[in-house]
Amino acid sequence: MSTHASRAAARLMISPSVILLFLWMAVPLGMTLWFSFQRYNLLMPGQTGFVGFQNYEYFLTDPAFFTALWNTLFLVGGVLLITIIGGMLLALLLDQAIFGQGIVRVLVIAPFFVMPTVSALVWKNFFFNPVSGIFAYIANFFGFPAYDFLAQAPLLSITLIVAWQWLPFATLILLTALQSLDSEQLEAAEMDGASIFSRFIYIMVPHLSRAATVVILIQTIFLLSTFAEILVTTNGGPGNASTTLTYLVYVQSLLQFDVGGGAAGGIVAVILANIVAIFLMRMIGKNLET
Amino acid sequence: MGQIELKGVTKSFGDVQVIPPLDLHIGEGEFVVFVGPSGCGKSTLLRLIAGLEDVSGGHIEIDGKDATDLPPAKRSLAMVFQSYALYPHMSVRKNIAFPLKMAKADQATIDAKIENAARILNLSDYLHRRPGQLSGGQRQRVAIGRAIVREPAAFLFDEPLSNLDAALRVNMRLEISELHQKLKTTMVYVTHDQVEAMTMADKIVVLHAGVIEQVGSPLELYRSPRNKFVAGFIGSPKMNFVEGAEAAKHNAHTIGIRPEHINVSATEGAWKGTVGVSEHLGSDTFLHVDTEFGLINVRGGGEIDLHAGDDVWLSPDLSQLHKFDAAGLAI
Repeated sequence: MSTHASRAAARLMISPSVILLFLWMAVPLGMTLWFSFQRYNLLMPGQTGFVGFQNYEYFLTDPAFFTALWNTLFLVGGVLLITIIGGMLLALLLDQAIFGQGIVRVLVIAPFFVMPTVSALVWKNFFFNPVSGIFAYIANFFGFPAYDFLAQAPLLSITLIVAWQWLPFATLILLTALQSLDSEQLEAAEMDGASIFSRFIYIMVPHLSRAATVVILIQTIFLLSTFAEILVTTNGGPGNASTTLTYLVYVQSLLQFDVGGGAAGGIVAVILANIVAIFLMRMIGKNLET
Repeated sequence: MGQIELKGVTKSFGDVQVIPPLDLHIGEGEFVVFVGPSGCGKSTLLRLIAGLEDVSGGHIEIDGKDATDLPPAKRSLAMVFQSYALYPHMSVRKNIAFPLKMAKADQATIDAKIENAARILNLSDYLHRRPGQLSGGQRQRVAIGRAIVREPAAFLFDEPLSNLDAALRVNMRLEISELHQKLKTTMVYVTHDQVEAMTMADKIVVLHAGVIEQVGSPLELYRSPRNKFVAGFIGSPKMNFVEGAEAAKHNAHTIGIRPEHINVSATEGAWKGTVGVSEHLGSDTFLHVDTEFGLINVRGGGEIDLHAGDDVWLSPDLSQLHKFDAAGLAI
């Protein structure tokens, strides 16, 4: 299977898909790079041309930029924190033999099947709404004033919504990891005098760390591009309290019609995502060894 | 220290009683082997002693104190598992230190005990490695090391050699026996391999379907098995059983004769047969002989020159004959 001819044939055969994949990635990236150096505003069709790094300058000096950067980090970090910790606890619970285990597991996975716009609207109208939401009702029942989540803690509210969506994913991965833990290891630890808490810290958590890194990697990729939840709940507001980088790029290019500025923002987001990716790959590379 | 007493211990899983009421005394410093076919309840019995399973009835006493409701860690027993159950993310040193760390021992004590255990088990060069980088025998030694440092009243071994290859198994068997002589601690050892039981034990407990068939020293069991099951289980190759008229001649329902207690001759003897398969090991020859009573296994000297198809005469050594009644009990 590895004569010169067969290897050449193999290369020839896979080349169309490789070329297609490469173009699929390279053309949009190249066009974005190209636009990011152009003056290209849909409101001023006549004024086009090369402007150097001006688009970047505007984007990076926009007061909203650093807010958006921190908001993005808060959103990603918050969701990861909630899903990893919550996922571990839920996985521990679901690992117990209980009546109706199958149904409970399906119910836990359910949020993952709800599309982001829908789940965000459900949360906005059924739960967070200060007049008709269930949280407002509970608060009123105990005599407290209703709390307007999306107005007073917009970023935290969105973090909660997104975490709710991703919790099942984390739970599922961590649950399968937990089930692959050798029960003799836990028994050995029990014989060695480890309390339930010590067994969790010294045996289960290290065992789960590999699955957790996979969860972190996959979730980070998707969380950096969170958009629908913001659009349907707060529109990035109030002010820019819940504007993330992704949303800022959207505002720049589609609300202010500044394609050049939006492209520059996109490139900045790509660079930041790559920085995050480098850190993640280092961490994961360490964790996936042995 | 290290006496274990089981009094009327039972175990049921749901409606199924796997261990009917059972009494057993394990003396201080003894090497006791539980042996029996798979599913006979020997591992369950060990787990009951360890406290990893709750007894359904009866009492377990360790060193004269009732330990029935004590959690595993409080019974001062250490266990070596079949899969070794080493902690894969910890180095050998940390694995061995784990029980001491859990007992909140100070660092100097921990270091001293690890050095000592590593010296006894020849692990000093591997302390920084992870279990994944060790061979099967080394992992086994780490698991034993983890048990040793706790200085338990008794060691429990759950088929510890079954994951090793044949040559290593013989080695580790020897090492565990030597360890027992060095430490003089009570050891309870579970295996399905009667050779391990015969070679290592001070006292063998033969189990069958949760019931103790016989307790005794290896030679006691070999010489005077209490019933047909023990007679057939102890000894290799297995004892031959003959029923019917031939047994009636000796006033028994069944007679049993070990392969090594049959004389082979090409010309004369009590039973006539044809050699089916002959296995020449050099030191011994195992013959599978077809006779009118069925297949009889014979163990002869290495110089026997018989091959498949040859006619052969067998004469059992009547002084070594085992007789059983219809219920399978020895007469």
